[in-house]
This record gives sequence, structure tokens and C-alpha cells, in this order.
Amino acid sequence: MTKQVLLIEDEPNIIEAVRYILSRDGWTVHTHSNGATAVDAVTRRKPDVLVLDVMLPDRSGYDILTDLRAMPEFAGLPVLMLTARGQKQDRELAARIGASRFMTKPFSNSEVLEAVRMLAEAEVPPAAGRAAQ
Amino acid sequence: MSGGSEPLFLARQTYRRRRLMDAARILPVVGAVLFLLPELWASGEGGASTARGGLYLLAVWILLIVVAAALSHRLSRREPGAPPPPPDRG
Amino acid sequence: MLSFNVLVAVCLAYVAALFVVAWWAERRAQAGHLGWLRSPWVYTLSLSIYCTAWTFYGAVGNAARSGLEFVTIYLGPTLVMIGWWALLRKLVRIGRTQRITSVADLISSRYGKSTFLGGLVTVLALVGTTPYIALQLQSVTLSFAVFAPGAGAEGPPDPARLQATALWVAAGLAVFTVVFGTRNLDVNERHHGVVSAIAVEAVVKLFALLAVGVFVVWGLGGGPRAMFDAIEASPIATWEMHGGRWVGLTFLSAAAFVCLPRMFHVLVVENSDERHLATAAWAFPLYLCAMSLFVVPIAVIGLSMLPEGSNPDLFVLTVPLAAGQDGLAMLSFLGGFSSATSMVIVAAIAVSTMVSNHIVMPIWLRVMQGGATVSGDVRDVVLLSRRLSIAGVLCLGYVYYRLSGGGTALAAIGLIAFAGVAQALPALLGGVFWRGATRVGAGLGVSLGFAVWMWTLFLPSFGEGAVIPAAVFENGPFGIGWLRPRALFGIEGMDPMLHAVLWSMILNALGFVLGSLASFPGPMERLQGAEFVNIFRYSSGARGWVPAMVETEDLLMMAQRILGPAEAQRLFQAQARAQGKVGYLPDPTREFLERLERELSGSVGAATAHAMLAQIGGGAAVSVEDLMRVADETAQIMEYSSQLEAKSAELGRTARKLRQANEQLTALSIQKDAFLSQISHELRTPMTSIRAFSEILRDDADLPEAERRRFLNVIHDESQRLTRLLDDLLDLSVLENGQVTLNRQVTTLEAVIDRALDATQARRPRLSVRRDPVRERIAVDTDPDRLAQVFINLISNAEKYCTAADPVLTIAVRREAQGAVVDFIDNGAGIPEAQQTVIFEKFSRLSDTRAAGGAGLGLAICREIMGRLGGAIAYLPGQGGAAFRVTLGDVLAQAAE
Repeated sequence: MTKQVLLIEDEPNIIEAVRYILSRDGWTVHTHSNGATAVDAVTRRKPDVLVLDVMLPDRSGYDILTDLRAMPEFAGLPVLMLTARGQKQDRELAARIGASRFMTKPFSNSEVLEAVRMLAEAEVPPAAGRAAQ
Repeated sequence: MSGGSEPLFLARQTYRRRRLMDAARILPVVGAVLFLLPELWASGEGGASTARGGLYLLAVWILLIVVAAALSHRLSRREPGAPPPPPDRG
Repeated sequence: MLSFNVLVAVCLAYVAALFVVAWWAERRAQAGHLGWLRSPWVYTLSLSIYCTAWTFYGAVGNAARSGLEFVTIYLGPTLVMIGWWALLRKLVRIGRTQRITSVADLISSRYGKSTFLGGLVTVLALVGTTPYIALQLQSVTLSFAVFAPGAGAEGPPDPARLQATALWVAAGLAVFTVVFGTRNLDVNERHHGVVSAIAVEAVVKLFALLAVGVFVVWGLGGGPRAMFDAIEASPIATWEMHGGRWVGLTFLSAAAFVCLPRMFHVLVVENSDERHLATAAWAFPLYLCAMSLFVVPIAVIGLSMLPEGSNPDLFVLTVPLAAGQDGLAMLSFLGGFSSATSMVIVAAIAVSTMVSNHIVMPIWLRVMQGGATVSGDVRDVVLLSRRLSIAGVLCLGYVYYRLSGGGTALAAIGLIAFAGVAQALPALLGGVFWRGATRVGAGLGVSLGFAVWMWTLFLPSFGEGAVIPAAVFENGPFGIGWLRPRALFGIEGMDPMLHAVLWSMILNALGFVLGSLASFPGPMERLQGAEFVNIFRYSSGARGWVPAMVETEDLLMMAQRILGPAEAQRLFQAQARAQGKVGYLPDPTREFLERLERELSGSVGAATAHAMLAQIGGGAAVSVEDLMRVADETAQIMEYSSQLEAKSAELGRTARKLRQANEQLTALSIQKDAFLSQISHELRTPMTSIRAFSEILRDDADLPEAERRRFLNVIHDESQRLTRLLDDLLDLSVLENGQVTLNRQVTTLEAVIDRALDATQARRPRLSVRRDPVRERIAVDTDPDRLAQVFINLISNAEKYCTAADPVLTIAVRREAQGAVVDFIDNGAGIPEAQQTVIFEKFSRLSDTRAAGGAGLGLAICREIMGRLGGAIAYLPGQGGAAFRVTLGDVLAQAAE
């Protein structure tokens, strides 16, 4: 069975690019572009890796992640955060609320692929352990 | 009407103004009495002269007009608290 | 002898002259040249509508019959005027602060904005005014008859011809009144045309009467001394004063002077400045004195010169005619004619306002239920109902004239009407001077007085057996003796007039006082009562609205329908500014609601305005408990001083301003951070796509051709998006730093709008545009490219965001006092109130419509451009859909050269 990735992102061209990159590597890619219903989508899909954009309409990626980490089921879910606002405090905030990896747009395709592969293979995502402390 | 919080002694000018207002309020009463005065001689037997009665009424009338003009001139010179006329929207 | 046709021609010329005067005065007022239109003299002269044709002709007739008694009709008003400080000043102040439109409105407003009382007083006024108008028609037709061919002073005039004359006069007056009396809805916007015409008429009738008098005394009587002797030798040489009638008539005329609808209208409603009263206080008595100066001499000469049995009511006309002075007779005829016309015009305006505000509008509101305030144009309804009421009132007058046959029954009707309208006096005086007066008392008093007046005076005036059977006069109704119309409570032998006035006023006042003492006033009544009685202590306006129960936008919608869009928007904007806010939507504070209610009541009357606001507020804008609390609070505050209130208002204003300043500062610093990260986001997003796809294209050599092409397209589109964004940012920064050079030139709005529509043609497949090119032909001195850029932005926004199935954009252009406004109104869902203030900020896109393709800089750029052009752009709430108003400021003043 192939591994599942859920991509939460609102920009159609970026969705298409990420989908192309990951599916070529053998992943099953689900996408969702509404921030408000993102948590439901995660609950429904139960992905192996979550790729989460920060600047979503309706709801920020930070809020979504905070909600997910509060659910025991997803406390250990590997999450790759993507943001177009690459400031220091964004990175710190992402780490604090339990993002597994943080990447700034524009990203290189191989980097993303690399990150997703790594997150899926790690037994316990390093960031999740930090978040649990 | 006037509240108990008003001061007992008023400045001379304010005092004069108050009495002026009193006069303006009493004037119509005075006028009414003067206009009724012919009752004393004209309503009895035989009545009175129309011409003389008319002249009397005319005299009272003009007196009232003059007094009213004098009073309202002084009263309207400076009326505190009167709102300025609103701008007329034509 | 003057021919009848010449007379008609002169009359027509006179009426035409009045039209010209009225039209000219309106023009001046519109142009803002009020000047003498607002002088105390015009005000004083306008009061002369008290002297109707009845007094013009009838005073001499009365003097010929009962000597000096005629003068009582003038003495009452004289006393009221010289006592202005006590009563009239108060009425005028109340009328101004409460925006009173009529006697009925004053009483209704004072007693808790009662619809019932307003209606009752209106009926009273209508019943009292109708015969009075009939009387004027009769006077005019009778005076016509004097000149009619073949008919001497005493010859029987041809009835058909007289009726035709009356009909034409009534119709002509109706036209004049409708044209000049209903131009504006708000009675506080004064009828300059009508008032000026009346002032002219006042001069004409005074001049006419004085001319006849001078001719009689010096031309016929041989000087004052000889005149004195002539009076002493005449049939009316002895003055047998009837004390009761003397007092009664003086009182009655004084009461009527205040209560007559037309008098209240000129005294209070048309008053533009309180200080005018100070002048009128002595000048109007002088006018009355002059009007009565020659009455006795004319009567005496008439009695001696004219044959036995001549109608003394027409001496003013027939004496100059008999002396061969045709010109003078003509002048005198015009005097009588002008007395009649001015009275009818103002009476019709006053009564029609009452009927429309207190009978038609309440019924209409009830019929329309809650929909009244939100659908349909209330303005049109009010104006139409007022116009129809004018026609109706005049029509009633004519019908009454026809029914009464124009006979002698009419001669007494003047006093009968006085007695009728005087029934409003106790409620009016009590309401203004006594806080304890209640609605129950007022209703009881007015009803009782009205009933007694009807029974003892009005109905009997038609003659025994006409309405009330003769047997009832003899034995009373159902044989109840003490209810006989002319001998109430068994008191016989009194003068019928005096009898009626005495009983109706006594029972009226008694009912009013007892009713007031026994009942308990509602909270609204207590508030209004305190407000009216203590008007000079606190001119702060009525209370009673609990804020935050109403949506300001709904209020604006309603206000626009009543006051007209421009006026309502001005009011809301001013209020918002007073609260320290920008835009069109002030907080619905109590002060604001009260102010609004007063503004509305200037147009539709207090009770109706209150009901309309209540409808918006959900039917129960104010609960009784709320009101009681407010009432107690108010009573306490009132016992302090109004200063406290002013201070707290000042404090509130300052606090609001501080709060807003603080909000702005916080918002500004947040904005700065947000701006940077927004720019970062907006730039990085397209770059992400570009990078990702170009890497794909680089790394995957075996991509199918179709795929390649699609990816290349994405890269192309995204780089264009990037360019557009950079362009916008650059544009904005240039504008914000003031480095932009404007290419000003004179063009028309039509040309700019044409350009904007052409440029967006391809980009708006769905949107249809509605416009009125004729109104767009306004020359402006502006930068056409920049202005077109603003318009293009607004049009594209409408295409992008309008949610309607058939999106329609209305572009409405209007010329303003200094500049022009261009409104862009679509039929979509509009923009929620909370968002309205942020849409002009940078990067504020309302939703996730990336499809819209902009970075959210469009409106920010528009705002900057308009600022540079010396205009403004704002969101205009309450238009149904999304609406933007582009204001071109002083630009136009330069172009007007």
C-alpha cells in the first residue's frame, strides 16, 4: 500500500506542482484547500504525512496545527509546514506548536521530496517528541 | 418654577432683566383691563358715545403698542440662551 | 361702472403677479440669497393672514350693525402678541426644538406622541376650517357680484355664475397652493414663496383699506372733526356695550389666534428666527390697529350714503362705487380678494399637513405593516397625500359653500369656526405650562369641548330644523330639557354665541383638568411633558431611545426614503463626525436616535416618526420599564443642570475620539508588520509556482508535449502576476510619496466613464451597466487617465465580486454644491459593515477569491489617486448592493469658469 500525503494549500498552481512532485515518487496525494475544514479532512484521511500551508483563507495553518496536536490521535503526526513568510518568528512559532519541519517558499522540489520521505520514515518525528515535553 | 438652588441676590443687571420680563408678562393683563374699562360707563343705561369710545380704544391700543415696542426692544437686545437661527436649507 | 370682464382680467393679472413673486422668492431662497426673506417684517406681514375677507368686508358690516363690537376680533390677537414673552416665545421655541409641524402635531407630541390626539385635533381643525374656506369663497363671489353687469349693489346676482366663480377661485387656489406649498417635504424648510406672496397680499389689503378710509374721511366726510360729528349723529352713535359678548369675543379671538391651524403655521412653523417675535410683538398690533382705524367712518358714511337695505358687509366696495371712484373700488376689491386668497392658501397648507401626517400616514403605516419603512418611497407618499389633502380641503370648502347656499348662515360662521378651533386651547396651554397634564385629560377635554361646540353652535348654525329638528331646540333631545342646544343646563336667555363658548370651554377645561388629575401619564408623556414645560431650561430634545437595538444601516435606508438620499447622507455623515468617526454610519447612540427622530418628525410628524423608528427597532424599541428607568434618570438629571449633561456628552466624545486614536495607532503598527509579511507572501507565492515548475521542466526530460506546454503557461501566468503586483506596488508607493505628476486637463465625466467602460468591455462578460449620460455631462478639471483608472477598478470589482445572478452596475452622477459625486452601485450582497472600513487598506481582499487575480491593492490605489486629485472615495452603505462614492471636490469650481 502506498503512503498517503495530505496537502493543505489554497494556491492552485502550488497544489499542482507538489502533487506532481510527490505522485511521481509514488505517493498518494490528497489535497484540501479550505482552512476551516482542514482538521476534519485530516481526521477523515488519516495521512502518513501532512503538508500544511500557513497562510490559508479562513484559518491559519498555526491554528490548524495547534488543534491537531491537541488530539491524541495526531500528536505524533509528521507535519511539514510551508510558508511564504520566512521570518524568524514564524519559524519559532512553528517549532513551538509542534511542526516537524518548516520550509519557506519558494522551495526546491527535491528538498520537499526529501523532507516528506524523511518524515514518513522516522519512527518518532523529532519535533513531536519536543512538543510533548 | 424657579428651583431652590437659585441665588438669593442677583447682580443688578440680571435683576433689572428679570423685572423687565415681569413687565412683559404683565403687559397683556394691563391691556385686557384697560380694554374692559369701558364696561364701567358704556354698558349701563343709554350707553356711551361711539366716537369717544373709539378714540379711547385707539389711545389704549397705541399706548400698548408703544410700551410693547419699548419692552421687546430691550428684551431682545441680548437674550441669553436663545439658540442662533438654524441655517435655512432652501 | 367697471365691466365684469375687466375685473376678471385684473384678478388674473393679480394672481399671475403672486405667482411671479412666489416663484422669484423661491429662486432667491434656492440660490441662498435669503436676505429680507428672513426679515422680521416679512414675518410680521405674514401674520396678517389673520385678517381674512371676513374681517376685511365683515368688520365694516359688523360696525354698521353693532358699533364698536367689531374691534374685539382685533383686541384678542393684540393682547396675545404684546404678551409674546409669556406664550408665543415658548411655543416658537418648542416648535423649533421639537420640529413641530402643526397644532395637532404639538398636542400629539406633547402627550406622548399620541396618534389618537393628533387625529382628534386634526378632525377639529378640518371641521373648523372648512366653513371658513367656504366663507372666503362666498366673500369673493359676493364682491364679484357687486361688479356683475346688470346687478347693482343690491340686485340679486345670478347664482349659476357665482357658483362658477367660486369654483374657479377654488381651483386656482388649489393649484397655487400645491405648486408652492408642497415643494419641500420638511416643513422646517420654509415656504419662502408662499410667505412672500402673503406678505405682498398683506400690504395690498392694508393699503386698500387705508385708501378707502382716507377717501371716506377726507373726501366724503370733510376731515376728522366733521367725521367725529358725523359719527355722533349716526345710527350707531351710542355704544351699548354688551359686557359678556365683549369679554367673550376678545377671549375667543385671542384663543383662535393661537389655535387656528393657519395662524399656528405662520406663527410657529414658518418662524425662522425667534427674535422676529420681538418685532412682530408690536408691529402686528400696529397693523391690526391700522386695519381697524377707518372701519367706523366707512360704516357711518355707508349708512348715510347708500339706500336703506344695502348690504353693509360690502360698504368697503359700494361706497367708492357710489362715489364714482371706480379705481378705488377696484383697489378695494383686490384688497378683499387678497385677504381671501392668502387665508385659503395657508389654511390649506396647514390643514393638509395635519391630515397627511395625522390621518393618512398612520393609516398607511398600519396597512403597510413593517414593510413601510423598508420598501417604497415614503417621500412620494407623503407629498402625494399632502397634495391630495390640499385639493380635498378646498373641495370640501367649495362643497360646503354650495350646500349652505351662500346665505346669511355663513355670516356668523367666522366666529363659529373660532369657537371650534379654540377647543384645542386648554390642551395646548396646559401642555405647555403644566407638567401634570396627561393624554387622558387632553383627550377628554378636547372631545367634550368639541361635542358641546357641535351641539350648541355648529349644528344649530345650519338653522332650526336643518340638522337638528326644531322640536329638539324646543324640548331637548328625547325631551331632556337641560340638553337643549341653546339652553344647556337650563340656562336660558343667553346670547347663543356666548352660551356655546362658555359651556364648551368650561366643560373642556374641566374635563382636561379632572382627566389629568385622575389619570397617570405614560413614561413617554412624562418625558415630553417635562421637556415642553421646561423648554427654556433644557432645550436638549426628547428622550426615549435605548441605543444598540437598531442597525444604523437600516436607519440610513429609512431616512433616505423620507429625507431624500443627499439630505440623509449629510445628516448621518455629520453625526458620525460629531462622534469622532469617519464614514456614514454613526453609532446608534440615544442622542443620535433622538436627533434622527426629530429630523424625521419635521417631515412626517412626531407620532409617525416615532412609529417608524419603533418599527426599525423591532417594534419594541423601548419597553415601558426601560422608559420608566430613563424617565427617573431624566427627572433626576433635570433637577441638576443641563451643564452636567453637556459635560458628559463632551467626555463621551473625547473618550470615543481617544479610543479611536488608540485603535488607529495599534492598527498602524500591526499594519506595518502585516504589510511586510503581506508583501513577502504576495511575492513568494507566484515565485514558488515558477520555481517548482521550472525545476520540473529542467529535471524531467521525458515530459509529454501537452504537459510541458501547460507548465510553461503556468510559469508565464505567474510571472505576469508578479509583474502586475510589482507595478501596483510601485504605483502605490509613487502615489503615497506624492511623486506623481498629474496630467490635468478639462474633460467631462461622460468621457471618462466612456473610457473606463471601453477599457473593461472585454473583462466583463456578465456585468451590465446602467447610466444616464445626460447627467454625466459635467465638466471637470482632472487627470483623465488617473480618474479612469479609479473607475476601471470599481467596474472590475463589480464584475468580480457582485454576487447577483444578473449583475447590474448603476453609475449615478450628481452635481453637488461644490463638486460632483459619482456613485457606483451594484445589485449584489454588498459589503458587511465590519469590513467596510478595511477595504481601502492595502492587501485587504474580502475573501479567498484568488481567482479575482488582484493583490488587494486596487482600492488602496483608488483612494490615493482620489486624494491626489482633490476628491475622495468612500464606501456608501445602505444602497442595497455594494456602493462606492467617488467625490470630485473643488475640481469642479475651477472648471466652472
